[in-house]
Amino acid sequence: MALPFKGGVVVCADSRTSTGSYVANRVSDKLVQLSDNIYACRSGSAADTQALTDYVHYYLNSWSLDTGRQPTVKTAAHLMRRLIYNNKDQLQAGVIIAGWDAVHGGSVYTITLGGSCLELPFATGGSGSIFVAGLLDAEFRQEMTQEEARTLAKKACAHAMTRDGSSGGVIRTVAISSEGVDRDYTPGNELPFGPSAPF
Amino acid sequence: MASSGSGYDLSSSTFSPDGRIFQVEYATKAVENAGPVLGIKCSNGVVLGCAKPINHKMVVATTGSYKRIHTCDTHIGCASTGFLPDARVLVQRLVEESADWQEQYGSKIPPGVLGERLGTYAHYFTLHGALRPFGAAAVIAGYDPDTKECSLQLLEPNGAPYMYYGVATGKGKQAAKTELEKLNLHKAPILAEDAVKQILRILYLLHAEQKDAKPIEIELSWICEASGWTHQGVPKDLLKTSQEWAKEQLEQEEEEGNGRRLN
Repeated sequence: MALPFKGGVVVCADSRTSTGSYVANRVSDKLVQLSDNIYACRSGSAADTQALTDYVHYYLNSWSLDTGRQPTVKTAAHLMRRLIYNNKDQLQAGVIIAGWDAVHGGSVYTITLGGSCLELPFATGGSGSIFVAGLLDAEFRQEMTQEEARTLAKKACAHAMTRDGSSGGVIRTVAISSEGVDRDYTPGNELPFGPSAPF
Repeated sequence: MASSGSGYDLSSSTFSPDGRIFQVEYATKAVENAGPVLGIKCSNGVVLGCAKPINHKMVVATTGSYKRIHTCDTHIGCASTGFLPDARVLVQRLVEESADWQEQYGSKIPPGVLGERLGTYAHYFTLHGALRPFGAAAVIAGYDPDTKECSLQLLEPNGAPYMYYGVATGKGKQAAKTELEKLNLHKAPILAEDAVKQILRILYLLHAEQKDAKPIEIELSWICEASGWTHQGVPKDLLKTSQEWAKEQLEQEEEEGNGRRLN
C-alpha cells in the first residue's frame, strides 16, 4: 500500500511470497526502488513484477540520462502502465507506483491487472487489501505527518497479515520525501495490530 | 587539380584536406539566401518571427500554403528558413519525436532534449555519401511544463543545436544579430510583448536595407502566459499596434540618421 503524507509518501508491504500453500520466502522485499525518489509495491506474480520493475528501472535511468533530471512519479507510472497494458494477456501484475518529485510533490498511482493507471489519494493492493479497505477509509487523512502515515500503514498492514492467509511475515515500510528515503522494518512478532488481537 | 581544396565538394562523406565538409557548408549557404528568421527568449516567454518574400504577385500568401512557422506540439514551435520542403521534413521529425515521447513517458518532451534529437537526425544526413544535408535551419521555441522554463534553439544544417537568448538566421542574419545584441538580452531579458515589437522592427529594418527587395509577409508566434504556455500566433491587435510602432521607430531612426549626416 502507499499512503501520502505532508511532503511525501509512505509505501508499505508484508513479506510473504507463496507457491501454492508453501511459503517460498517469509522475508521477501516487495518494495522496489525505481529511482532515487520513486518506489514500486509489487503484488501478483513475483516473476512478472520483478521483470516489470527491472524494465521500468532501466527506462527511468535512461530518461534521467536524456533529460538530466529526476523522473516524475507520473512518468514511472506511465511506463509501467504501458508495459502491463501491452502484455496483459501474459502478465499477472498489480503494481502501485509512489514517490516524491519536484513537479508534483508526493503522489500515488495504481496500475490494475488490465493495465489502467489511476492516480489516487492513497492506494492498497494485493490479496490482503480487501481486509483493510474499511480501516483505511475511516482513518486515512490528507496532510498527515510522516510518522502518522507510517503508523497507519503499519497498522493496516498488520491487520491484513492477520486476517489474510496469503499475507504475513514482517512489515517493511519506506518513507519517501524531498529529503530522500527512510527504510523501516518491523519483525513478525511485533506487529502493531490492536486494540484487540483476535489470535 | 586546380587547388588543394577542389574535388572534395561532391559528397559529404569526404573531408577536404584542410578538414572541411563542403557539402555542409553549401547547405549553410542555402540557408543564408532565404528569408530571415528571428527568435527572442524573454523574461515571460519566447517569441518567433519570420519575413517571407512574396516572390510573385499572384501568390496567395495568407492561405497557409507557404507557412514558415509551425506548431510541432502544444509547447513547441518551429520557425524555419532555407528550402521550405527540407524544413518541412525537420518539422515532421519534431512532430514525431515529441509525440513519441508523450506516448512513451506520459509527459511533454523537454525542449532541450527535442533539439538534441533533431540535431542527431540532421547530423545523420551529413555522414553518408548517398544523402544530402538539409538546406534548412530550424529555430525551435519551447516551454517545459515541468520546470516552467522557456527555451530557444537554433539547429543548423551541420546538426549542432545551440541554445540562445536571441537568434537570427537566413538573409541579413549579421545585421539582425547586431540589432539583437543591442537589446542586451543575455543580461536583461525583455517582455514578450516588447520582443514582438523588436522582432518586427528588425525584420522591417532588414527589408529596408535590402536593395531590390520583394514585398514581404510577416509571421509571428509566441509561447507565453497570454497564449496559455502553448505555441500560438501573436494576436492580431497586438500585431497591428506593434507593426505601427516598428514602422514609426524606423522612420524616426531614419530622420535621426539623415540629421547626423547633415551635421
